[in-house]
Amino acid sequence: MNPYIAGILLGLVLLAAMFFSGRGLGASGGLKYTVVAAVGAIDKEHAMKSPYYSKYFEDGKSPLKSWLALEVLGMILGGFISGAISGRLKFKIEKSPKISNNKRLLFAFLGGVFFVYGAQLARGCTSGAALSGMAVLSVAGFVTMISIFGSAYLFAWFFRKLWI
Amino acid sequence: MAPLSILSELPEWLNLLIGFLVGIGFGFALEQAGFSSSRKLAGMFYGYDTTVLKVFFTAAIVALVGSQLLSYFGLLNLNLVFVNHYYLGATLIGGTIMGAGFVMGGFCPGTGISALSIGKIDALVFLIGGMLGAFLFAETYPIIQTLALGGYKGPVRIDEWMGVSSGVFTMILIIVAVGLFWIAELAEKKYSRKEITSDL
Repeated sequence: MNPYIAGILLGLVLLAAMFFSGRGLGASGGLKYTVVAAVGAIDKEHAMKSPYYSKYFEDGKSPLKSWLALEVLGMILGGFISGAISGRLKFKIEKSPKISNNKRLLFAFLGGVFFVYGAQLARGCTSGAALSGMAVLSVAGFVTMISIFGSAYLFAWFFRKLWI
Repeated sequence: MAPLSILSELPEWLNLLIGFLVGIGFGFALEQAGFSSSRKLAGMFYGYDTTVLKVFFTAAIVALVGSQLLSYFGLLNLNLVFVNHYYLGATLIGGTIMGAGFVMGGFCPGTGISALSIGKIDALVFLIGGMLGAFLFAETYPIIQTLALGGYKGPVRIDEWMGVSSGVFTMILIIVAVGLFWIAELAEKKYSRKEITSDL
C-alpha cells in the first residue's frame, strides 16, 4: 500500500483508540503483560514480593485480561488478514544475502532484548510512547521519537553489515 | 461524547472487545504499510527506503488533527485522553537503548508482531528476545529504580511547554513533516539500493 495511505489508515486506528478508550496504541506493553503473567504463574511468591511485578497483581485480575493484551492479540489477527489478502503469508527468515541465518537470528534476539528493555524504561515503544505520545502532543512522545531515531542513526554505522 | 469507555460505564467484556478490534485494525495497518519486513524498516537508517518516516508522521498528524476536530465539535473530551508522562532521564535513555535495538533487530515491538503474524521467524526470535528484555527490566528494577523514576515532569504537553496553542503547534508539525517527506524522497533516490528494494 502507498505509505501515505497506510499512514492515514494507521492514524484513523489510533484516533479510534483515543475516541473509544481514551488511550493510544501499544505493543511492548503486551509483551510485558505476557512476561508478568508467566512470572506470576511460575513463582507467585517472587512476583508478589517484587516492587515491579506486584503492582500488576494488586486487583487480583490476570494481567492478560487487559485492554492492551487483547489489542496485541488482535494485532496478530489483523496482520494475518492483511498478509493473506496481499499474498505475503510465508514462513521465512528475512535477511541480507550477505549474512547467515544464525547471525540474523542472533541479532534479532539481541535487538529484541535491547528494544523492550528500553521500552520499559521509557514507558512505551515506538507505538505507545512515540506515535501515540505525539498524537496527544506529549513532550514524552516527541523526546522518545527523537531519541529512538537519533540513536538508531548513531548506531547504524556499526551494524551496517547486517543490512547493506 | 467520548472517550466512550471513560464517560459511560461499559461492561468489561466490551472494553476488551474494543481493544481486540482496535488491535485488528492496528495489525492490518502496519502490515499493509510494509512494516512486516525488517529490511524495509532498516532502510530508514540507510536511506534506501523511508516508508517508516512517511507512515509514522502521516499517522501521528491524522490522529492529532482528527482528535482536535472531534474536540472542537464537542465530540471528544481531550482532557480525558491519556497523555504520556515525562521522566527526563528515563525517556531519553530508554529511547537511546530502543534505537540500538531497532538497528540490531530491524524491528520495533509493533512491527515485530506484524511480521510474526505473516510467518517471519526472525520476528518470532526478536519477540522472544523482547520478552527476555522485559524480564531483565523487572529483575533489575530495584537497581535502576532511581533512574526510572527520576526527573518526573508529569504529563507535560509540548504546545503548553512552548507557549503556543495546540492549533499553532499542529501547523508547525505539519510543515516540518512535509519538509521531512521531501528530504525522504530525495534520500531514497540518493541512497537507492535496487538490489535490496527489488527483493522487498
